[in-house]
Amino acid sequence: MNGFLELFAEYDILGAFWMNIRLTVLAAIGSFVLGTVLAVFRISPVGSLRAIGTSYVNVVRNTPLTIIMVLGVLAVWGQLKIEFFDDFALNFFTYAVIALSLYHASFVCEAIRSGVNTVPQGQAEAARAIGLSFLPAARVVVLPQALRGAITPLGNTLIALTKNTTVAAAASVAEASGLMKSMIEFNPNLMIYIFLTIAIGFCIIVIPMGILTTWLSDKLAVAR
Amino acid sequence: MLSYSLFAMTQSTPAPADPPAADTTGTRVLVELEDVNKHFGSFQALKDINLAIPERQVAIVLGPSGSGKSTLCRTINRLETIDPGGIIRIDGRPLPEEGKALARLRADVGMVFQSFNLFAHKSILENVTLGPIKVKGVKKAQAEKDAMELLERVGVAQQAKKMPAQLSGGQQQRVAIARALAMRPKVLLFDEPTSALDPEMVQEVLDVMVQLARDGMTMVVVTHEMGFARKAGDRVLFMDQGAILEDSDPETFFTRPQHPRAKDFLGKILTH
Repeated sequence: MNGFLELFAEYDILGAFWMNIRLTVLAAIGSFVLGTVLAVFRISPVGSLRAIGTSYVNVVRNTPLTIIMVLGVLAVWGQLKIEFFDDFALNFFTYAVIALSLYHASFVCEAIRSGVNTVPQGQAEAARAIGLSFLPAARVVVLPQALRGAITPLGNTLIALTKNTTVAAAASVAEASGLMKSMIEFNPNLMIYIFLTIAIGFCIIVIPMGILTTWLSDKLAVAR
Repeated sequence: MLSYSLFAMTQSTPAPADPPAADTTGTRVLVELEDVNKHFGSFQALKDINLAIPERQVAIVLGPSGSGKSTLCRTINRLETIDPGGIIRIDGRPLPEEGKALARLRADVGMVFQSFNLFAHKSILENVTLGPIKVKGVKKAQAEKDAMELLERVGVAQQAKKMPAQLSGGQQQRVAIARALAMRPKVLLFDEPTSALDPEMVQEVLDVMVQLARDGMTMVVVTHEMGFARKAGDRVLFMDQGAILEDSDPETFFTRPQHPRAKDFLGKILTH
């Protein structure tokens, strides 16, 4: 225990967690937008769009996140020399957000698609019968109900995303798990405490998400 | 109960160029099916359907279950596709394959479903205003005013702020009729509108439909309600195994059916 409290002075632990939270929020928005578009592709009447959606999900969902993250750094930065910002940290933060968004979009897509399956066929038929074409019918009638039915799987995806932000360490982003590694390296005697600190930190971030998910899915359930 | 004209609102659409017909049943053909066939895999659901429904006619479609009545009804606004070669025309215009043109033509064909299919996440009022606002570009205030008038006429105006799940089946189905009428359709299709209702709620829906028929709405009604067929129908189409076997006025059909299968069908349903 000796020297444990000094760790908080020596290392910016809260700042590292703040980085995880920022990655989570931005990648959640990015993956939600892309995942919704992919879900619309997958339920659309146009065969080629369905094929694009299905291929994306099957390729990206089955690729380990670390590989996508490293690919971002090695290929996009190292090979293609594509830089978003001059600032090194901000640039790599952006790679990490994009990699997390691309990866989790495939899970968001499947969560929304499972929500679409909770919407009875008749809802879409009624929308078509009053003259709505596919996109307005999806936007106004099907997706709002599908999202309410998809809150639990979407919440699970958000929780997985939060924990997966630790993979951003592979893109040199200064987040909590990367910090844990350096702390343990220099304070091996405090290993257990350091580990528990990081673990509890993630619990504090993630547990409210689970509670919120359950509450929302009850509150927003569509009565039929 | 409904002494006022349900159809009055739908008539206020700008009149088409051709002059209105004088008879109760007009001469302008609103729905026309030509050589319509439909297969589900190897099963033939519709066989060589040729049919013309003039404006203001109420056509009742009868037949045993699995005879293709619902499929026929659903092909008219292309909720079901048909086999290549067949043509369906609405008010003289062939139904397009897909896309915006199809959506536009569908807006002219109202549909009332067996399971109501009210939008479960929208209030009753929103269910009725959605089509006019999103499809026809009617201003929200105007759409709500029209919707309240329609809801008043089908007797569910007090429920306007509620959600569909809070209404009884009969009330939901009347809202569904109001939702279809809000688009001011040229034709209304009813796909077994009372089959999912508790017996005590059937009448309130039929009353609305009878009133619509009296007001001159062109209707295609798939139903098992023989009383309604006699009271409001101008024409009975008897279907079996995907084909229209008998096409006559209700009186003739119920008293002197020609086809053996029509006789058999009537024997089964009229004896109990």
